[in-house]
Amino acid sequence: MKIRVKAKEKNGIVAAKLLIKHPMETGRRKDKDGNLIPSKHLTTVTLDYKGETVFDAHMGTGVSKDPYISISFTGVKGESFEVNAADNTGETAKKTVKIK
Amino acid sequence: MSISRRSFFSKLGKSAAYLAVLSSIPSIAWAKWNLKAFTAPNLDAAIKINYGDLPVIDSDLVNLKAPAIAENGAVVPITVESKLPNTKSISIFVPDNPGPLVAKFNLGPSSVAKIKTRIRMGKTSEVIALVEADGKLHRARQAVKVTIGGCGG
Repeated sequence: MKIRVKAKEKNGIVAAKLLIKHPMETGRRKDKDGNLIPSKHLTTVTLDYKGETVFDAHMGTGVSKDPYISISFTGVKGESFEVNAADNTGETAKKTVKIK
Repeated sequence: MSISRRSFFSKLGKSAAYLAVLSSIPSIAWAKWNLKAFTAPNLDAAIKINYGDLPVIDSDLVNLKAPAIAENGAVVPITVESKLPNTKSISIFVPDNPGPLVAKFNLGPSSVAKIKTRIRMGKTSEVIALVEADGKLHRARQAVKVTIGGCGG
């Protein structure tokens, strides 16, 4: 799992684009031998800024592979925020992003 | 009087410390990821598990943007924007998917109530956006025709 984030501030609003590399297996797909591929999908993605959770996404298998989320919030250029992601197998990823 | 001066002050100190701990907990209690909500078999059950019995009303202040025809059901771009004040959460449902709840976005006070994401659709279906604000669920919906399904299997 790898998180990529672009965050740009304009007129006090930070536009953050999150792209998380993740297979998002539904658990309903079969491999070429006919065995079910176990589900592996993101469950939560959160964005924390200045000790406050700005945004907390809960998702299931209905989100596309390599999930993309775009979200905006009030923030200041040069400061940074943190993005945390977790999946149903317990794998987590974290990224600190500076607002441009 | 059974309470001594010393124990009274010690209790007072402890309760003050307790209060300080309580107030340092963020004011919004974020719910945990709920497996039941995502495995609910139909739309009504999924909404009920997520939001209980909040009334659902159609609203012009919720803007749902989705393509009329999606060539690839595996990647359907969706934009939901809420012009309602006090928007607490935005969720996206696809009733004909194996699990109707696609995603729920809980929003803090500093976030702008506009979400863009990409979802999967198994077949032609309606996409429903629910915005939770002021104890009501504001709904917007749009039909999306899917040429190739994206749920595998």
